[in-house]
Amino acid sequence: MAKAYETVIGLEVHVELATKTKIFCGCSTEFGGAPNTHTCPVCTGMPGSLPVLNKEVVNKAIAVGLATNCTITQNCKFDRKNYFYPDNPQNYQISQLYYPICRNGKVEIEVEGKKKWIGIHEIHMEEDAGKLIHDPYTDSSLVDFNRSGVPLIEIVSEPDMRSAEEVIAYLDKLRMTIQYLGASDCKLNEGSMRADVNLSIREVGAEEFGTRTEMKNLNSFKAIARAIENERERQIDILEAGEKVVQETRRWDDTKEYSYAMRSKEDAQDYRYFPDPDLVPIIISDEWLEDIRAKQPEFRDEKKARYQEEYGLPEYDADILTGTKKLADIFEETIALDANPKKVSNWLMVETMRILKEKEMDADDITFSATNLAKLIKLTDSQAINSTVAKEVFEKIFDEDIDPDKYVEEKGLKTVNDEGALRATIEQVIADNPQSVEDYRNGKEKAIGFLVGQTMKAMKGKANPGMVNQILKELL
Amino acid sequence: MKLNLTAVELGKKIKNKEISVVEATTAYLDAIEEREKDINAFVTIDREGALKRAEEVQKGIDEGKYTGPLAGVPVAIKDNMCVNGMLTTCSSKILSNFVPTFTATAVQKLLDEGAVIVGKANMDEFAMGSTTETSYYGETKNPWDLTRVPGGSSGGSAASVAACEVPYALGSDTGGSIRQPAGFCGVVGIKPTYGRVSRYGLIAYGSSLDQIGPLAKDVTDCATILEAICGKDDRDSTSVKEAGDDFTSALVDDVKGMKIGIPKDYLGEGLDPEVKKGVLAAAKALEAKGAIVEEFDLSLVEYAIPAYYIIASAEASSNLERFDGVKYGYRTEEFSDLHNMYKKTRSEGFGPEVKRRIMLGSFVLSSGYFDAYYMKALRTKALIKQAFDKAFDKYDVILGPVAPTTALKLGESLSDPIKMYLGDIYTVSVNLAGLPGISLPCGYDKNGLPIGLQLLGKHFDEKSIIRAAYTFEQTMQAKSPAYVTERGE
Amino acid sequence: MQITDETIDYVGILAKLELSAEEKEQAKKDMTNMLDYVGKLNELDTDGVEPMSHTFSVHNVFREDVVVNGDDRENMLANAPEKKDGAYKVPRTFD
Repeated sequence: MAKAYETVIGLEVHVELATKTKIFCGCSTEFGGAPNTHTCPVCTGMPGSLPVLNKEVVNKAIAVGLATNCTITQNCKFDRKNYFYPDNPQNYQISQLYYPICRNGKVEIEVEGKKKWIGIHEIHMEEDAGKLIHDPYTDSSLVDFNRSGVPLIEIVSEPDMRSAEEVIAYLDKLRMTIQYLGASDCKLNEGSMRADVNLSIREVGAEEFGTRTEMKNLNSFKAIARAIENERERQIDILEAGEKVVQETRRWDDTKEYSYAMRSKEDAQDYRYFPDPDLVPIIISDEWLEDIRAKQPEFRDEKKARYQEEYGLPEYDADILTGTKKLADIFEETIALDANPKKVSNWLMVETMRILKEKEMDADDITFSATNLAKLIKLTDSQAINSTVAKEVFEKIFDEDIDPDKYVEEKGLKTVNDEGALRATIEQVIADNPQSVEDYRNGKEKAIGFLVGQTMKAMKGKANPGMVNQILKELL
Repeated sequence: MKLNLTAVELGKKIKNKEISVVEATTAYLDAIEEREKDINAFVTIDREGALKRAEEVQKGIDEGKYTGPLAGVPVAIKDNMCVNGMLTTCSSKILSNFVPTFTATAVQKLLDEGAVIVGKANMDEFAMGSTTETSYYGETKNPWDLTRVPGGSSGGSAASVAACEVPYALGSDTGGSIRQPAGFCGVVGIKPTYGRVSRYGLIAYGSSLDQIGPLAKDVTDCATILEAICGKDDRDSTSVKEAGDDFTSALVDDVKGMKIGIPKDYLGEGLDPEVKKGVLAAAKALEAKGAIVEEFDLSLVEYAIPAYYIIASAEASSNLERFDGVKYGYRTEEFSDLHNMYKKTRSEGFGPEVKRRIMLGSFVLSSGYFDAYYMKALRTKALIKQAFDKAFDKYDVILGPVAPTTALKLGESLSDPIKMYLGDIYTVSVNLAGLPGISLPCGYDKNGLPIGLQLLGKHFDEKSIIRAAYTFEQTMQAKSPAYVTERGE
Repeated sequence: MQITDETIDYVGILAKLELSAEEKEQAKKDMTNMLDYVGKLNELDTDGVEPMSHTFSVHNVFREDVVVNGDDRENMLANAPEKKDGAYKVPRTFD
C-alpha cells in the first residue's frame, strides 16, 4: 500500500524595497535604464569605495517587520556573504546573518475558510546583484550593474506550510501587507518579489523533517504551484525507490515544467560570513520604533471592515476593493473628490473588473486617475451623459486616462434633453413602425422597448432615456 | 635648491615667493629622476602632470585660493590610494593597468590645500609585508644603506622622504606600515586613531585596522599634514568628527607632569640591545624634561600578532575578492570558462605573500573554523583593548620601540614568513586597539642606522603623543643619510 | 593542525586560486605553521568576552535617500578588460 506523505514547505522571499536610491550609494534604483547607467564606484565594487547605509532601507525593513509581528533587533549589523559570481561586483554580498533586523514574526493566512498562522523566522536587509545577459553573438555574458545594490529584504518563513494553496495564500498576504506599507510594489513577474521554495516530504505522522531542497527561479504564482507539485512528486519517487533526497539547490524551468540541480564543483556553498568592517552597528531606539509604528497605514483587514461600516458596501465588494492596494487607493482617492462611494465601488467592481479580465491585466496595472473617474461620475449624476455613453467614456479613461469633460464635449456625447428635437424624432419613429405601435396599443407592453431602442439609435445613443419613455407614452 | 627642507619650511618659502611651485616641483622631480635607480621608491612618476599642476597651484596661491602651510609643496602618495586618472596599482600585477575614476578623500583634502602630487609610492603588494620586497615593481631600498630594506609596507613613502625625493608622503598603516618604515628610514610617521582619517579611496587590506597617515621629516610636518587630512567623511561610515584635531597646537616643548609608561613586555626577549638602549635613552630625555616615566606590565603582547594575522588575513581574503578580471585590472590571456578565468587571473595576478594571506584568511572564515579562529581573534582583540584602556587609566602616553631591530638586509626576512611577522610585535596591537601612534628617530646604531621610537596615545588623543614627540625631537640631533648629504643636502 | 591536500584544494575553490604542485606543498607547510602559531590564542581564556569588530562606539551612520550620482558609465567602463554594448563582458554564465 502506498504510504501517505505530507509536504513541508518554507519560503525565502526577496522583496525589492521602493527607495529612490540604492542601499549603499546614491545611485538611482529606477528600472529600465540603459546598461550600467545607474552605477558608481560603490555598486560596481571599485577598489577603495565604501558603503554608506540608506536610512530609508532601515525604516522600510522595520515597517515590514512590525506589520508581520516580528521582534525588531534593536542592535543589528551587516555581514559579508562571500561568493564569486560576475553579477556580484565585490564577490561578497552585504547581507545580515548574525543580527538580522527582524525575528520571530508571524502572519495569518486563510485557505478554504480555515485560518492558520505562518511563522516568520527572520527578515534581513541585503543588496541585490546585477543582471547577466547572455550574448549569443559572442557566446559570452554581459554584466549590467544597474540592479546591483538595489535594497532587498529577505523574509524567511518557518517550515509551516503544507500545500501550494497555503504558499500562495502566504505570498499573497505578504504582498498585500508590503504593498499597503508602500515598501515595495511586489511584482513577481518584474522580479521585485521573488520566492525560493524550500520543500521536503515526510510520512504523515512523522516527527522529523525530511531532507529539503531549495527551488529557485519561480516567476509567478502558477509557476510556484507547478514547481511544488513537481518537486513533491520527485521526492516521493526518490523515497519510494528506497533512495535518499539530496540537499541541494534546484532551478525551475517553467516552460519545461522540470527542475534541475544547480551543482558545480566550483561552488562550495561555504559563504564565510563575517561582520562587515566597513559598516557600523544600527541601534534602533524605542522612539525610532514608535515613530514607525505610529506611521503604519491601515492594513487590508481594517480597511475591509471600515468600507463595510462607513460606506455600507457588501463584504464581497469590500474584499475585492481591498484586494490590491491600487484599487483601494483609487477608491479612496475618488471618494475624496466627492464622489458617491457606492457609485465609485460600482465602477471599480463592474466595469474595471470586466476590462481587466478581458485584457488579462492585474489591478496593479491600472493607470487611470481618480480625478477622471470622479469627473465621469459627476457627468452621470448630472445626467449630462447617459449610462451607455458613460461606459464608452470609461473605456477611454481606462485606456488613456482621458479627461471625460473634454472628451464628451469634443465628441458631442452629451445627452439630448431638447424636448422639441426628441418629440420630432419620436414622431418619425412612430410613423416608421406602425406594427410596433399596433402591438403596444393591443397590450403588448414590451413593444415600447423596441420603439425606445429605435429612438436611441436615431439619436446616436445620446437621448435622455427618461424623456424618451415619457414622450413615447404620451404620443402613443 | 636644497631638498632637505621640511614640508612646512618649503611651504613658507613658496608663500614668501623665495621659490616658485614650479621650481620646487622641478627640483624634486629632478632628484627623483637621479635617485630612483638606487632607491626605487616610486611605482609611477607623473612629471608632466606634476608640472602642469604646479603652475595651477602657483596661480591659485597668487590669487589667494591656497593659503595653507602645504600650498605648493610636492607629495608622494602610497600606491594604494586612488587618485583620479592616475595609475594606482597597490604594487600588484593584478592592478597593473587600473586608473581610478575618483580620488581618495585624504588625498583630495591635500589637493584642496594646494598639494602637488609627483607620483605614487612603492609598497608591499596590497600592503602585505614589512619590507616593501613583495612589490611586483621591485623592492625599494633604504637610503641609509642600499643593501637594506626600507621597512614596509609604506617603504616607498618612507624612503622617498629619507632620500629627499619629496618633502613628505602619505602612507597607510594596518599593522605598523607607517611607523615601522618611518623607523627604518629615520623619518617621522603618524598612525592616527582609527576613524580619524577617511578610508574612502584607500584600497582596503584589513578594513577594521587600516588608517592613512603622514610620513615626513619632523613632528611639525606630521601634525600639519594630519590636520589637513583628518575629519569625518560622508563616504566612510567609520570616519568620525572628534575633538582634539588641532594637532599643531600640540607642538609644544613641554612634557612637565606627563605620565609616560614603558611596557616591560616591550623590552624583553627579541629586542636588539642597541634599539633597547636608544629607546631607554629617549625615555630618560623625556624624564629630564619633566615627564614622569615608569615601567609597567601591559600583558597580552604575545597574543597580538596571532590575533592580528587572523583578523587582517580574514578581512583581506574578502576585500581582495573583487580582483577577478571582470571590472578592472589584469585578466588572464587564455581561459576555458568563467571559474578558470577567475582562478588563472588571480593566481597570475597576485604574488606569493598575498596568496598566502588570502588562503589563510579564507580558511579561518570557512565553515567549521570561523569560531575557533576568527571569533577567538575578535575576543582577543577586545582583551587587548581592555589592557590598553587599563594602562591609559594610569598613563598619558606609552613609550617603546617601533621594531625589534633596525633595518634588515634585503632578502633576510622573506624566507620565513613567521619570522617576518614577529617583527610587527610592537606595532600590531595599536591597530587592534584602534589607538594613535607616532614613530620618530631616537638615535643610530653601530651601523649608523636609525633607531625608531614609538609613542602611543589614547583614542583621539594624538595631541599628547605629538607633544611628547615634539619635546623629544628638541633634544635630539637628527641626521640625514650619507646618500643625501653626499648630494649636498 | 596538519593541513591536507584536500584542505588546500578546498580553500583554493573558495579563494579562486589555482596553485601549482610546488605552490601547494609550500602552502600546506605555510598554513600548517601559521595555524600552529596562531593556535597560541587557545592559551587565552576568552569565555564571556564579547567579540570586538570596531574599537569605537560609532553607530547609526546613514545616508539620506536622495539620488546624487548621474550616469558615469563610460568612465566606469574604461577599466573593463572586455566590454560590449555598455556592459562588462565575461565568459558565459548560462548553461
